Amino acid sequence: MELLLAVAVGALYATGIYMILRRSFVKLIIGLALISHGANLLIFAAGGLVRGNPALIPEGEQQLAPGYSDPLPPALILTAIVISFAILAFTIVLVNRTYKEVGTDDLNQMRTTDR
Amino acid sequence: MIVGTLAAIFLLALLAPTLHRAMGRATGYVLAIAPLVGFVYYLTQMTGVGAGGATIVQWAWADSLGVRFSFRVDALSTLFALLVTGVGTGIVLYANSYLDGHPKRGRFFGYLMGFMGAMLGLVLADDLILLFIFWELTSITSYLLIGFDHEREKARKSALQALVITGLGGLAMLAGMVLLGQIAGTYSVSEIVANPSTLAASPLTLGAMILILAGAFTKSAQFPFHFWLPNAMEAPSPVSAYLHSSTMVKAGVYLVARMNPAFADDPAWQWTLAGFGGATMLLGSYLATRQTYYKKVLAYTTVGSLGVMVMLIGLGAPQAAAAYILAHALFKGALFLVAGIVDHEAGEKDTERMGGLFGTMPVTAIIALVSGLSMAGVPPLLGFVGKELLLKGSLHAHGGPQEALWLWAAIATISGAFMGVAGLQAGFRPFFMARTVEGEFPKHPHEAPPPMLIGPIVLTALTIVGGLVPALFAVPLINGTAASIAGTHEPELAKLSAIYLATHPNMALLLSGVALTVGVALFLARGPWRRITAPLDRFASLAGCERLYNVLFNGVVGPNSLATFQTRLLQNGYLRVYVQVTVLTTILLAGGLLFWQGGVVESFRGAIPAKANVAWTELLFEALLVGMICVAAVAATQMRGRLSTIAVLGVVGYSSAVIFVLFGAPDVAMTQFAVETLTVIIFVFVVYHLPRFAVYSSKPAKFADAAIGIAFGLLMASFVVSSFATTADDGISWFYNQAALPDVPGQHAAYGRNLVNVILVDFRALDTLGEIAVLGLAAVGVYTLLRLRQDSPAQGGLA
Amino acid sequence: MNSIILRTATRFMLPLLIIFSIIVLLRGHNQPGGGFVGGLLATSAFMLYAMAFGVPAVYRILRLPLTTYIAVGLGMALVSGLPGLIEGSPFLYGQWVGFTVTGFGELKIGTPLLFDIGVYLTVLSVCLLILLTLAEDS
Repeated sequence: MELLLAVAVGALYATGIYMILRRSFVKLIIGLALISHGANLLIFAAGGLVRGNPALIPEGEQQLAPGYSDPLPPALILTAIVISFAILAFTIVLVNRTYKEVGTDDLNQMRTTDR
Repeated sequence: MIVGTLAAIFLLALLAPTLHRAMGRATGYVLAIAPLVGFVYYLTQMTGVGAGGATIVQWAWADSLGVRFSFRVDALSTLFALLVTGVGTGIVLYANSYLDGHPKRGRFFGYLMGFMGAMLGLVLADDLILLFIFWELTSITSYLLIGFDHEREKARKSALQALVITGLGGLAMLAGMVLLGQIAGTYSVSEIVANPSTLAASPLTLGAMILILAGAFTKSAQFPFHFWLPNAMEAPSPVSAYLHSSTMVKAGVYLVARMNPAFADDPAWQWTLAGFGGATMLLGSYLATRQTYYKKVLAYTTVGSLGVMVMLIGLGAPQAAAAYILAHALFKGALFLVAGIVDHEAGEKDTERMGGLFGTMPVTAIIALVSGLSMAGVPPLLGFVGKELLLKGSLHAHGGPQEALWLWAAIATISGAFMGVAGLQAGFRPFFMARTVEGEFPKHPHEAPPPMLIGPIVLTALTIVGGLVPALFAVPLINGTAASIAGTHEPELAKLSAIYLATHPNMALLLSGVALTVGVALFLARGPWRRITAPLDRFASLAGCERLYNVLFNGVVGPNSLATFQTRLLQNGYLRVYVQVTVLTTILLAGGLLFWQGGVVESFRGAIPAKANVAWTELLFEALLVGMICVAAVAATQMRGRLSTIAVLGVVGYSSAVIFVLFGAPDVAMTQFAVETLTVIIFVFVVYHLPRFAVYSSKPAKFADAAIGIAFGLLMASFVVSSFATTADDGISWFYNQAALPDVPGQHAAYGRNLVNVILVDFRALDTLGEIAVLGLAAVGVYTLLRLRQDSPAQGGLA
Repeated sequence: MNSIILRTATRFMLPLLIIFSIIVLLRGHNQPGGGFVGGLLATSAFMLYAMAFGVPAVYRILRLPLTTYIAVGLGMALVSGLPGLIEGSPFLYGQWVGFTVTGFGELKIGTPLLFDIGVYLTVLSVCLLILLTLAEDS
């Protein structure tokens, strides 16, 4: 599974970068979304994969027996998901507003502010 | 009390604009209370520290770095603290009238009080890092004050020049201080200067010393950095009087005096100080005779006087240095204030265009005369004591150039004569000589209002009393300070009475007389003198680095400079070029490192056996999930429709949520599901407002981008694989597991069974706090982008 | 989306969903859940309401502007760090008070709980602000 996940991460980053390199502003948003998914999976995979066995201490125990899945990567990803949601929303609004003001979504035509 | 007054001054700096709005004209009187209280406090400390006592207050600050929040009051600190608070009180009152009716007086007081606090902190700090912070604060407030009339280009330029010069020096100084702290093993100033032998043993000491001197010399306008000080005269007169004669420019002298015990026996220290100080003294006082503008005359003599102080410390004459510091602060502060008064009440800046002002402003005239004579070194004023000790010091120096002492005595005498010219130019010419220009003064001259006279009168009175009755305040201050500067050495102490010095003939008195006579003669012949020396100006300007500064400055930030060049090159405005460069660099460096270390192949081998004991159905299911993610990702790049692309993105999101469930992260999965749903809602709202997908790039460009993307994807995949080889140890999570629940009842613990949540809200709560703050910012961004528009379609509801 | 069924269902669903989100928030310390998930769930509940009754209706329920809620949420998270400071520990160091409730057992209340509620409020109000502003805009 680890190797499979590596493939998924690679695919998400490859497509994400490709989309960011488009000149269309809208595609850039898609690229951002893809890359944030890729980053989440990257952190998750890099933390080591354990099937099942979440880091929840059962009632009556004082600590987890060895073999639990590392709780740190999920904690990092959890906030990252919510933040990338907020950033995505912000970018969408930014694109929307820019498109209305400038009349194009071609990034090559947005090189300077004095237009 | 020490910290109390300091805090009060900073607090008033913050409140000054508000206070000014509320109380208007009375603000100055309120603000003056804080420095006045401080002044009285340091007066009460005077006798104690004069006898060698010192008070230390300190708190832990950054203990792991050895940095403490510590202040130390000894004689040297007290002398400067008295100057800062005492002159400060007078300046605040003076400025209150000087800027009467000025629209930005409140802001001015804010800057001024801010500077006062920073300067007071500087002279009291006993920690090198703390001292540096106050040091930089004085630079910044000085910048704001010089550029106070920011509508004039010259003021802005001079302010920036002063900031750049002192700022660069400050940076060098910081490096020197850190170096010094490393050598000595402590940042405490008092501990460093108490153990000069530790420093002497280290080969790095010379470097630290040079760097620290770079800071001190730039701040105290030593040759060849002296040019910024006369330019700083663009500031309002109270600022010039306070910052650029009495206090801030002496910060460098203070630092040199403070660090002197640590380096005093080092010939490099002695020679550097004596050499640069002497050069500055001669150059500054010479250039002062070339000036006729009141404040410029004073500015150049200040440069010269700062040179005197530095030179005396280098020559090992601490008592002379201390005496000169005190005398100079008194007469020069008063003269600057007089310059301001004359400008304010008569509207004239050029001394040669003034004359006969004694008739209209007698009090100012007498102040100017006494202070000018003190600068010229006429007995029985304190300036005479200073000059006597200066000549004595250069005649009988302990440090530095023993073989060529006569040279130092000679230049001290010559610059004494120049100071005489300047003293008469400032104190005599405008008031007691006839006016030679036709026409009226720009303003009708009249005496200044009392608040503007208080400061100068007190300073002048002290100049007289200090020379006549030294025991009153001059002896404890000067001799105590001399002991602080000398450190472990006992300084030789001369009698400080002006009358005693004037009636006991020796070599110094003879030279003093020569200097005074030549000075008076030169003053009388100043017209021809200025004509004769005019051709030398070219060389004098070469001596300063101003031209070099301008060349460098324009080369870095001017038109067609390095900055424009690199901006054009690096910030060309094409987003995709930025991304390409960043991505390619990452691939090259990180990928290169990865393969260089040969970790990838090994890791692949390590990752394969992980398939043990897994049912093939499970694997198949997981492979299906990953396959969906990959197909969806590729599809997202190829879709033409906006809605279908969003749907495909959803597939990626939900699939990764399932992966989180499978591998023991239910919290993340829940979050991912919820967010995916909300994302779909967002897209539903905006999708038809978004522009349609357009194809701008050509086929070759697409292939090139695809290649870059695939290369980056490969790199990230290799990262994942190589990380499997290194996740052997349990890392920090071991601790989280231990600390989540108490082992025995009552023990301190996090009391949570869900470790992910415990990490978020307890172990790493500071991270989470930062993250929800980012959320708030994003919301503000969205809100402002959508609400702040002219044609707001204010309609609600989507039902 | 002017269906009567949606409106009637939503009227009942909103309080239920909000209570559910609060349960998810509170149990999060010991079982899957917590402020982030809870906040997102509550956002969906309000969005459902917005779809049924329109955006102004949501604002009416909330009474205060959403920016106030953001400030309160961030403020709670920030304030929860202070007891640790006062006690002499680092900022945000968890402090717990335990007391026994008859018939229930020991109950523990601590600053991390306050922090999580702050997270819940911030996430809820931020997401809602973004979504509602967008909804109004389109």
